[in-house]
Amino acid sequence: MPDTEQSNLDQKTAALVARGAPAGRRRSLLGYLFMPVALGIVLVLVWLSISSRELDAAEQNRLALDYILRMTWAHILLTLASTALVLLIAIPVGIILTRPFARTMTPPAIAFFNIGQAVPTIGLLAIFAIAWQFGFFPTVVALAAYTSLIVVRNTMVGLRQVDASVIESARGMGMTKISVLSRIELPLAVPVIMAGLRTALTINVGTATLGAFIGADCLGRLIVSGFSGNRPYITIIGGILVAVLALLVDYLAGIAEDFLRPKGL
Amino acid sequence: MTDSAGTIEIRLEDLSKRFPGQKEPAVESLSMEIPKGEIVILVGPSGCGKTTTMKMINRIIEPTSGRIFLDGEDVTKVNPDHLRRRIGYVIQQIGLFPHQTIAENIATVPKMLDWDKKKIADRVEELLEMVGMDPGQYRDRYPKELSGGQRQRVGVARAMSADPDVMLMDEPFGAIDPITRDRLQNEFLRLQEDIKKTIIFVTHDIDEAIKMGDRIAILKERSQIAQFDTPERILVNPADDFVADFIGRGASLKRLSLSRVRDVELHQWPTAQEGASPDEVRRVLDASDKSAVLLLDSQQRPLRWVNADHLGRADGGHELSKLGLPAEAVVQPNATLSDTLNEMITARYSTAIVVDADRAYQGIVDIDTINETVRTMREAERGRLRPEQTADEEDGQ
Repeated sequence: MPDTEQSNLDQKTAALVARGAPAGRRRSLLGYLFMPVALGIVLVLVWLSISSRELDAAEQNRLALDYILRMTWAHILLTLASTALVLLIAIPVGIILTRPFARTMTPPAIAFFNIGQAVPTIGLLAIFAIAWQFGFFPTVVALAAYTSLIVVRNTMVGLRQVDASVIESARGMGMTKISVLSRIELPLAVPVIMAGLRTALTINVGTATLGAFIGADCLGRLIVSGFSGNRPYITIIGGILVAVLALLVDYLAGIAEDFLRPKGL
Repeated sequence: MTDSAGTIEIRLEDLSKRFPGQKEPAVESLSMEIPKGEIVILVGPSGCGKTTTMKMINRIIEPTSGRIFLDGEDVTKVNPDHLRRRIGYVIQQIGLFPHQTIAENIATVPKMLDWDKKKIADRVEELLEMVGMDPGQYRDRYPKELSGGQRQRVGVARAMSADPDVMLMDEPFGAIDPITRDRLQNEFLRLQEDIKKTIIFVTHDIDEAIKMGDRIAILKERSQIAQFDTPERILVNPADDFVADFIGRGASLKRLSLSRVRDVELHQWPTAQEGASPDEVRRVLDASDKSAVLLLDSQQRPLRWVNADHLGRADGGHELSKLGLPAEAVVQPNATLSDTLNEMITARYSTAIVVDADRAYQGIVDIDTINETVRTMREAERGRLRPEQTADEEDGQ
């Protein structure tokens, strides 16, 4: 009968979708392994190059393992702190700006965050260094100012693309506004918000290098000291290490994205 | 008025809605009483305010003025979230939560009402079975893995999860293909016979309104009631030109969807058994005024139409059951006359064969039967309308 035909068809489609879903959701094992292996090879090559080369005093100083590790760790801290600051500011702001009561606030708020992105980070760093202080904190604030707009915008887009009928049915069943936000809207916006955070994180890793100009510890120090001491080898190693770190961070963020995406989407 | 107090589930009193920045109110002082356990359809042209009216009942849209009573209680000012948990809500796009499984979707309201886990799980199971979906197969699926019709069923199950007395349905079958829609409508009507909810149902489709409604409110602009009555009476006696226009031509045809085959007297057609010899069949044929005999199998199920030509060939050694024309246009007693007529028009001998649930032959419906039904229905309604002016004794069922 047509009834059973219909449900047969439904089962077939469902089976297709169910099988299709995990593949789209996560990469194959090979896909996951490629990036860390490639980065590992690059690091080994860097190490081989350093250890096979006759280093002068300045180079020995800057390319010592414990110095590199210290700078790498400081670089990671800068990245994490600035991204955490972005997360704390941009996501709540993005949420508020999508609420109906804040509709009139949206254009000026976006314009404000635009300033942060429009002013070159190096300029912002210089202003902070002169007007405030050198080192870690001004760098964190400058990085956060630069990338907040991305996350604000993605949070807004993520929340706005949630199907209006889903929200209406949630409200119609008697869910409070807060629980619609926390249980329906935010989970459904996670993929877009995560994409924004990942972009911000990647930009922060790269841009943190500039912290070296105002005295923040980071891998940028290798690059800057290579330039100022006329030691291009140090600059190149510094550059490679920043690139490896940036790719690694982006890779980890990608994995986080895969696992935080709600099932069923 | 007093004797009907217990049977009114929803009462709207002078309800108005004026949206900011609009000159005309969307709904203007609407008063209406909705009886317990009935499907009341709000139908009207687009922009007439029918959806706004419905959404004011669970206060998704807050009324500008007027009052809403639910089961005698004034709910105009109560906490809207708590109110909504008592009212089922189904919208056209269904709005299932895509990141939650079917079971989680259905459990939404029970969870808010703090039911314990076991009770929720049992309820989900019960509801899935009620809407004809195997719980084991579908409980843990996500909405995107379902077809449109299945999502619609889950939407209805979710709306009924906490067993509300009242359900609001906004074009619930609007986004579904016609064949599935018809099936879901029938399923829903069957379900309603058991659950007896009070249902406010919004549609713009008068045919759906006639099919689904116990009562229909035809709304003009600003949600003014043009007529609020049973489908039969609206079809027979439209209150004004607006209603007549809205029903459109073919009111008689539409009326046919209100009666079912089981309500009419069946005629008989000459029949013969599958194993009968050509001579026996010819005798049956000659004795009747028809040009063919209906061949039945051993379980009385209709097989084929056999006429004199076929019998001639059967004499030549062909088996009777391989000759003749397939018996098409078979309907069951619960089919509407409108469906039956549709089958009949395309069928040979302008006849629809009626079978019971086991597909055994019961009789036939022909064009005369339908003609007669339309006539008696019209007379009956006219007769009922006259005493109507003084007292309303209908609706005892």
